[in-house]
Amino acid sequence: MTRPSLTKISLTVNGKAISASVDPRTLLVTLLREELGLTGTHVGCDTSQCGACVVHVDGKAVKSCTMLALTADGRAVVTIEGLAAEGAPLHPMQEAFRDNHGLQCGFCTPGMIMTAIDIVNRKGHELDDRTIRDELEGNLCRCTGYQNIVKSIAAGAKAMASA
Amino acid sequence: MYPFKFHRPATVRQAAGLLGRLEDAKLLAGGHTLLPVMKQRLASPAHLVDLSRIEGLAGIEAKGRSLAVGAMTTHAEVADSGVVRAAIPALADLAGQIGDPAVRHRGTLGGSLANNDPTADYPAACLALDATIVTSKRRIKADDFFQGLFQTALEPDEIIVRVLFPIPKKAAYVKFRNQASRYALVGVFVARRPSEVRVAVTGAGTDGVFRMAAFEQALKARFAPKSLDGLTVPAEGLSSDIHASADYRAHLIGVLARRVVEAANKAV
Repeated sequence: MTRPSLTKISLTVNGKAISASVDPRTLLVTLLREELGLTGTHVGCDTSQCGACVVHVDGKAVKSCTMLALTADGRAVVTIEGLAAEGAPLHPMQEAFRDNHGLQCGFCTPGMIMTAIDIVNRKGHELDDRTIRDELEGNLCRCTGYQNIVKSIAAGAKAMASA
Repeated sequence: MYPFKFHRPATVRQAAGLLGRLEDAKLLAGGHTLLPVMKQRLASPAHLVDLSRIEGLAGIEAKGRSLAVGAMTTHAEVADSGVVRAAIPALADLAGQIGDPAVRHRGTLGGSLANNDPTADYPAACLALDATIVTSKRRIKADDFFQGLFQTALEPDEIIVRVLFPIPKKAAYVKFRNQASRYALVGVFVARRPSEVRVAVTGAGTDGVFRMAAFEQALKARFAPKSLDGLTVPAEGLSSDIHASADYRAHLIGVLARRVVEAANKAV
């Protein structure tokens, strides 16, 4: 077994330049939550099934429990905290989840919203139910039955067009 | 996860050198199999050699009668590529059915092939399309590459660089998904090539991906689902687990083979 040596990485998180020294084993989600205090990104299953840990890396939705922090070296990471400044109006997708009762316990919501924005980035602002449901394959919710999440994403996608 | 040393080579040659020199080193591509098994402590390599910063390992290019896909090309890139869609639409369809969107943003073609999971999708495409796996050392035909559960022809210090897929006349992939894991309970890829028909089955074999010679013969005579009438699949050599029995998998292969031929005929 090799002794862990710390490795220095630099990345941007929510637009801010960050430097950190990490044990190579550190997962991206661990860096975000435990080093940077960004606890909006959740760990649900820890096996890349549930999607509670979804963040954007260089503009693409990824599961931060299945990526080394070292892999994010030099890249731009956006978490749920990066969508709207504290005290400022919410991101249109966040607002849509609130308006459409798209959450109950809220545990899956950060991942849902990061995935939802990724769907809009790739598929545009007019999303039908089929597309949204297919695209939510990797995000599990145990409360809502998805009905209102799908409604929220369709509404949020439209709202993002005029934002 | 147990500790490991992290290496980030800039070239394939450097990466191959590290693999040859270091004891117990593993390549890290998209990490969507390796990291989960390391987290479960089912794997504990002493060294990880990261491929993500090597230039030229990702990319898609139509080259004459074949399609070249770089080893580090992600499933999402293959699924969304206009070049793949125009050359081999079945391959784009297959890539778009792997895992979920976030997984497809990280998982790679080379990673999937080197791992050779018996329920993975890409091995079926390579075998049915008669792909050539180009490595840091040589070219390996798909027929010689897959050698059983999680076993390939790759040598310990050999790295997949790209895969060449000959463009078929017709092709399709149909997959019966395990609803929880999204892996193939059974997946069948059919390719009608100028000189032959190939049928490859994933998810079902106790020895990994395999070809169905009887189906290939029948389909060569006439490429239609009806050609498979009367042909049954023996359950012998098929896997049996909590998800499905060998008999059920044998039945599924027959059903999916008919559907996949129909889909290939419709696709043109």
